[in-house]
Amino acid sequence: MTELVIIGGGPAGMSAALAAYENGVRDILILERDERLGGILQQCIHNGFGLHRFGEELTGPEYAWRYEERVRELGIPFKLNTMVMNITADKEITATNSIDGIFTIQAKAIILAMGCRERSRGALNIAGTRPAGVYSAGTAQKLVNMKGYMPGKNVVILGSGDIGLIMARRMSLEGAKVKAVCELMPYSGGLARNIEQCLNDFNIPLLLSHTVVKVHGKKRVEGVTIAKVDQFGKPIEDTMEFIECDTLLLSVGLIPENEISRSAGIDINRITNGAYVTQSRETSIPGVFACGNVLHVHDLVDYVSEEAEIAGENAALYIKGELKNDIDIPIETDGKVRYTVPQRITAKEDTKIFFRVANVYENATIKVYNGDEIIFKTSKSKVAPGEMQCITLKAQLLQNAEKLRIGLEVF
Amino acid sequence: MATRELICIICPKGCNLKAELDEDGKVLEVTGNTCKRGAEYAENECTNPMRTVTSTMRCSDGTVIPVKTTTPIPKGKIYECMNLINKGVVNLPVHIGDIVIADVFGSNIAVTENRT
Repeated sequence: MTELVIIGGGPAGMSAALAAYENGVRDILILERDERLGGILQQCIHNGFGLHRFGEELTGPEYAWRYEERVRELGIPFKLNTMVMNITADKEITATNSIDGIFTIQAKAIILAMGCRERSRGALNIAGTRPAGVYSAGTAQKLVNMKGYMPGKNVVILGSGDIGLIMARRMSLEGAKVKAVCELMPYSGGLARNIEQCLNDFNIPLLLSHTVVKVHGKKRVEGVTIAKVDQFGKPIEDTMEFIECDTLLLSVGLIPENEISRSAGIDINRITNGAYVTQSRETSIPGVFACGNVLHVHDLVDYVSEEAEIAGENAALYIKGELKNDIDIPIETDGKVRYTVPQRITAKEDTKIFFRVANVYENATIKVYNGDEIIFKTSKSKVAPGEMQCITLKAQLLQNAEKLRIGLEVF
Repeated sequence: MATRELICIICPKGCNLKAELDEDGKVLEVTGNTCKRGAEYAENECTNPMRTVTSTMRCSDGTVIPVKTTTPIPKGKIYECMNLINKGVVNLPVHIGDIVIADVFGSNIAVTENRT
């Protein structure tokens, strides 16, 4: 029996482990499938991480090291090159590596911190041939930043999420010509600062309401056809344009990696593709917690660390038999608010609610209802799907709450 | 007098800034910022824009290691800085923060990862 097993040794897994340790848990094991701790931060060599947490701009590897160093100092055990293949509702974990073979661990509590993976070309139905030179942006990032290979010289990027923007700059710095970044939506999903410093600094055009409709080339990408899309996202035929390129990078969304969560029978939210959780980040299976990008995709690693600490602290309470679950208030959303995390509140404590909106809205008022009664409201000059929102509900607001609904009013 | 509209790159908030400039390009007033660093950014951006450069460098064992300028350098020097980074070789072992090229446009190039 291991008290706490953490699946994933990225920023979420390490933060969760440290928080659990600080709350008295000593019997911890982190399982990590890569050969190093740090997760995706290892390949995010650009700066901008840690402003909230540390008040300074760190690169990904530097941010990860702050946590890894502490994990090592405290002697928290971890197994690298170890793949978890299955977890059960009884919290039995089956994993494998080349030293231990296939082995099982019975855990008292589990924290899911497996992160997310990129949507691939197959999910997009782009017509055309299947040549070499089509990469997800993250794969290209790994090739350039960790392996030292350039995936191509003339590049078109589909998707203007932060990874796509960061890779536009990275490829440019390494001598490639980035011809365009196409974005299906009429707005970018990335941070404004990244459009400024990754595209504008390098004179890379951002084509909003544009998509790639065809890939050309037999052995290697020879070009792509792009087109403007109408308000329904449908390509407009007479706007089609051929762009010569040898590489297409896809930055078209991230999917939490919840295969083992699903097989354990954990309830998964169809919008976040992550588990339904309470404010303690406990999933539908008692004693199984989730945090980081496996729960919902975050904009900033600082928020991942914060969420993972919540999961770690509460896993420690669960192990000690002190986790509070005395009430059950579900949180619903209206159409303008796509989802919240958590989706239920089970203790009358000050609770931070994280949520994402469905569209870009200006002069929006966020309202929290208990039945028909407004118990909280706050105004924002602008909200966008790419920016996670957060409100704090004080414990006294939850006194008489039965069912909460979060809505957005736009004037 | 001229006005320049900028997006602040100091933090993920990305504030929309407006800088009022006089005929000589001197910044008279910055609005739209929500912190002091935003005003500073707008002023620098209009007079001498600076950027932190992050990249990778070859190591003596053939692998690559992430590096950064320890402070921002003039934006116009980014590609010259990249040339220096691409010519250099990092002798292992190194510890996070070790300077591998000194005096690069008023900054230094440091590794951002440990490597044995």
